[in-house]
Amino acid sequence: MNDRSNLDLDAPATPYLDSNELIINMGPQHPATHGVLRVILKLDGEKVLGTECVIGYLHRGVEKIGENRTYTMFNPYVDRMDYVAAVSNGLGYCEAVEKLMNVEAPARAKYIRVVLTELNRIASHQLWLGTHALDIGAMTPLFYTFRDREEILKIFERYCGARLTTHAFRIGGCQYETYAGFEKDVKNFLSFVAPKIDEYEALLTTNRIWLERTKNVGVISGADCIALGVTGPVLRASGVQWDLRKAQPYAAYSEFDFEIPIGTNGDTYDRYLVRMAEMRQSLRIIEQAVNGIPEGPIMAKVPKVIKPPVGEIYHSIEAPKGELGYFIVSDGSTQPYRLRVRPPSFVNLQALDRMVRGLLVADVIAVIGTIDIVLGEVDR
Amino acid sequence: MADEVKSPAPPPPEGEKKPAVEERAAAAASAPAKPTAPAKPAGPVPVPWTSPLVEKYRSQYGSGLDAQTYLGQNYLTVERSLIPNILRLLRDEEQFDYCVDITAVHYPNREKQFDMIWNLYSFARNERVRVKTQIADGASIPSSVSIWPTANWLEREVYDMFGIQFDGHPDLKRILLPDGWKGHPLRKDYGILQQDQEWVQINLGIESGQ
Amino acid sequence: MPNFIMSYLGSTVTPGEAGNQFWALIYVFIIFTGVSVAVMAMNWLERKALAHFQIRLGPMRVGPHGLLQPIADALKLMLKEDIIPTEADQFVFWVAPLIGLLAAFAVYTVIPFGPSQAVSDMNIGILFMLGVSSLGVLGVVVAGWASNSHYPLIGALRSSAQMVSYEVAMGLAVVSAILMTSLNEQGTGTLSMIGIVQAQQRQGVWFIFKFFPLGLIAFVIFAIAMVAETNRAPFDMAEAESELTAGYHTEYSGLRWSLFMLAEYAAMIAVSSIAVALWLGGWMRPFPNLLHAPVWDFIFSLFPALTFFGLAAIAVVGVVRMPSHSFFRIQRVGLAGFAALLAFIALLLLVIAVAGRSADTSLAARFREGIDYVYWFVLKVAVFMYLFIWYRATWPRYRFDQLMRVGWKVLLPISLGVLILTAIVGVVAS
Repeated sequence: MNDRSNLDLDAPATPYLDSNELIINMGPQHPATHGVLRVILKLDGEKVLGTECVIGYLHRGVEKIGENRTYTMFNPYVDRMDYVAAVSNGLGYCEAVEKLMNVEAPARAKYIRVVLTELNRIASHQLWLGTHALDIGAMTPLFYTFRDREEILKIFERYCGARLTTHAFRIGGCQYETYAGFEKDVKNFLSFVAPKIDEYEALLTTNRIWLERTKNVGVISGADCIALGVTGPVLRASGVQWDLRKAQPYAAYSEFDFEIPIGTNGDTYDRYLVRMAEMRQSLRIIEQAVNGIPEGPIMAKVPKVIKPPVGEIYHSIEAPKGELGYFIVSDGSTQPYRLRVRPPSFVNLQALDRMVRGLLVADVIAVIGTIDIVLGEVDR
Repeated sequence: MADEVKSPAPPPPEGEKKPAVEERAAAAASAPAKPTAPAKPAGPVPVPWTSPLVEKYRSQYGSGLDAQTYLGQNYLTVERSLIPNILRLLRDEEQFDYCVDITAVHYPNREKQFDMIWNLYSFARNERVRVKTQIADGASIPSSVSIWPTANWLEREVYDMFGIQFDGHPDLKRILLPDGWKGHPLRKDYGILQQDQEWVQINLGIESGQ
Repeated sequence: MPNFIMSYLGSTVTPGEAGNQFWALIYVFIIFTGVSVAVMAMNWLERKALAHFQIRLGPMRVGPHGLLQPIADALKLMLKEDIIPTEADQFVFWVAPLIGLLAAFAVYTVIPFGPSQAVSDMNIGILFMLGVSSLGVLGVVVAGWASNSHYPLIGALRSSAQMVSYEVAMGLAVVSAILMTSLNEQGTGTLSMIGIVQAQQRQGVWFIFKFFPLGLIAFVIFAIAMVAETNRAPFDMAEAESELTAGYHTEYSGLRWSLFMLAEYAAMIAVSSIAVALWLGGWMRPFPNLLHAPVWDFIFSLFPALTFFGLAAIAVVGVVRMPSHSFFRIQRVGLAGFAALLAFIALLLLVIAVAGRSADTSLAARFREGIDYVYWFVLKVAVFMYLFIWYRATWPRYRFDQLMRVGWKVLLPISLGVLILTAIVGVVAS
């Protein structure tokens, strides 16, 4: 497979009326690129011949910072990468360090972690749905999803004090006990949001215009996904039934009963359906988890100063965007020697070029939305 | 079945950690702690990894390949000359079709300063494996783009952050940092507050406070 | 001279037909004011309705419930800096919004608010309307060209291509409605707008129900085409913010830009008026045949007063629900005043309705009739305006090639089919 970039950016820009080829720049400030992303499109009239993504506008050197902070100090930094699904980031990091330390969080902490992570998955998918529909032109679902997302953010705020960058978990478990009324709030939320998801579907799923804008747009096959390292709902929509929560379960997921929705065509519509179904499956998981949170400690016996033994570990979780992995190399000191974050959005964004060949310009925006990237994670 | 099999050596986590830390401090004060010495109830150690895959490649490549397991995660440490053959074999024969991550670690005090790490996963076997090799500063390494297209951006980031050249990469240029940036930040000799002052001066027109 | 003015008052034809320029000018003035007020109301309604669809409130501060927001917007736009790109063609840049405005407003000369309530009832009325509204395309293209920037030019070309494509389907749907005026009755086929509504009156059926479902399909085609004609959602790709080409009015700012918006809303009202006149019985009240007893006439003639009473009641509810804090005092007073005004208008209409309840030619009866005609016409057009806003809130937008495909490959064949079938059915039925 030849992945040679075919954009000849050194050639002088041709006047658009004379020849057919045109190089257009989208971003870095653009209402539809979901952050600071620059996409250079080479067009033949309206058809896209090739794209090149220029990223790094949000690069903050998180991995370098990781080498200069202790393990506990680094915990809040991970929220800032995929800031939409901060709880998942925290879960991955804490579990990776716990693995490196060879401790396991107690059962109660695991259940709490599952509840919060799945709530965050729903919140992330809701944000994705609102912004994606807005890009395609439907302005109303944005307000509905943001309004319903508020309930989740209220639960987070009551639990740990923050709505977005929650820093909810600690190495070894959870720091905060669930507040009085946590289970009731979560159960109320479950009954509140289930008809709302039906409402989003009623607006979009069978709408002729939505179908025309999303069906057969941005098709990518399962084999291409695997070759390009794409994971998450994009992979599942292309027909590969693979979810880390089932394949390599972590944090109490093995105790819950849920399904992995997959699609058939690998187009934008299937990715939409997969994420909607994932929201519903998350509701199932939350219901099972919140009904059975075991009693017990919420924090394992972890020393105050976290000094993992010398070694390396790679641990990954199924974040809402895909496989989020942490590769930590410890040299026995209190600070990581190397802390690598494997970002799902970064790898998924690579597939953009493959997905938009031959599409029209308006579709590029739809495809960027459907991959569901967060630039904080792409650039770290 | 997950590949996260706990290795037989490590003790249960609860209740043992505190004594282990104190004991380790005591042990370090008294004797040089060897990673494989089972005398203290220390943490887990890398143990040799045996499997049919390892047998096959060990018989093929002999001493160039070393297979170990740490905390249930298998990794192969191979010689630089075996790359990219071993990677290609892993993909073609052992069905490690998904390249999860490519990254590097910098050990400035070592002779071969960089550890290159490929993190692979096999859908069919639901297994992970890490392939590590050591390369010297300034040496280049063959690109894996022809094996897994996902390596394109991953290798670009390694180049950007460490300065490791990849032979055969179609478009090796900086990805996260601006094009004209000098220096490779994740190397250990690049300070945490260090910036390319020249680039900042020219492009942003500010005198960086750091 | 006064004779010239007063002689029209007993007339049953439009001023244009009567040759009375004075009253024609009065009517033009009334229509111009009315449309301007309607555009402002439409602006307010769009923001409020869109907001309520999206679970938010919309403008609430500028005037009670944002009622003065359009005025504030108009003032702001007038006070904004008038930016003209240096490379732009100055004269053409200046004249482009005027062309669009002219095309949108000229159409109002033939819109039939009643059997004699129009500026002029040309016997080619519908042809005139279609022709003049097509001039709007010129305004769009000229605006894009004059901006001297390739994004507005591409947007303008797209908009114009879209408008032209949907005009074909629109025209064919209109032709099938006109066919219906001539079938079933000898020699009464007409292109005059008032004549078309009177044909519906004579035939005793609104053309949307005639030859069911042909009239309905023609109406639906026109309803879709008119949304595309005015570049409204879901056909607003050419002016959407999240696309690359930002629309023909990118380079316009301040008052010039507001002229484009004025032209757009005026065009929306104009095409809705065509739809109402051709298919929905124009100025006729609902159920003219089913409920034709005088008592029903009287009940339906109370509707204008009842509508204004309803609006006044909503305003009173708004006053009651206003927070009783001193910050809101002026809004309470303002809204109460507005409620009082609406109630006063309602009372006036009630008096006219009661006084003119007989079907003779007294002054009160003629007043009542005129008000009723205008009321029913405007009500139906208002329903269409609400539908425009509803479409914008609900649906995503079509991609440009899909939009063109719908115009040419879906609407055009269907409208041709409807036309042929209407002709066949009409000949067979007569």
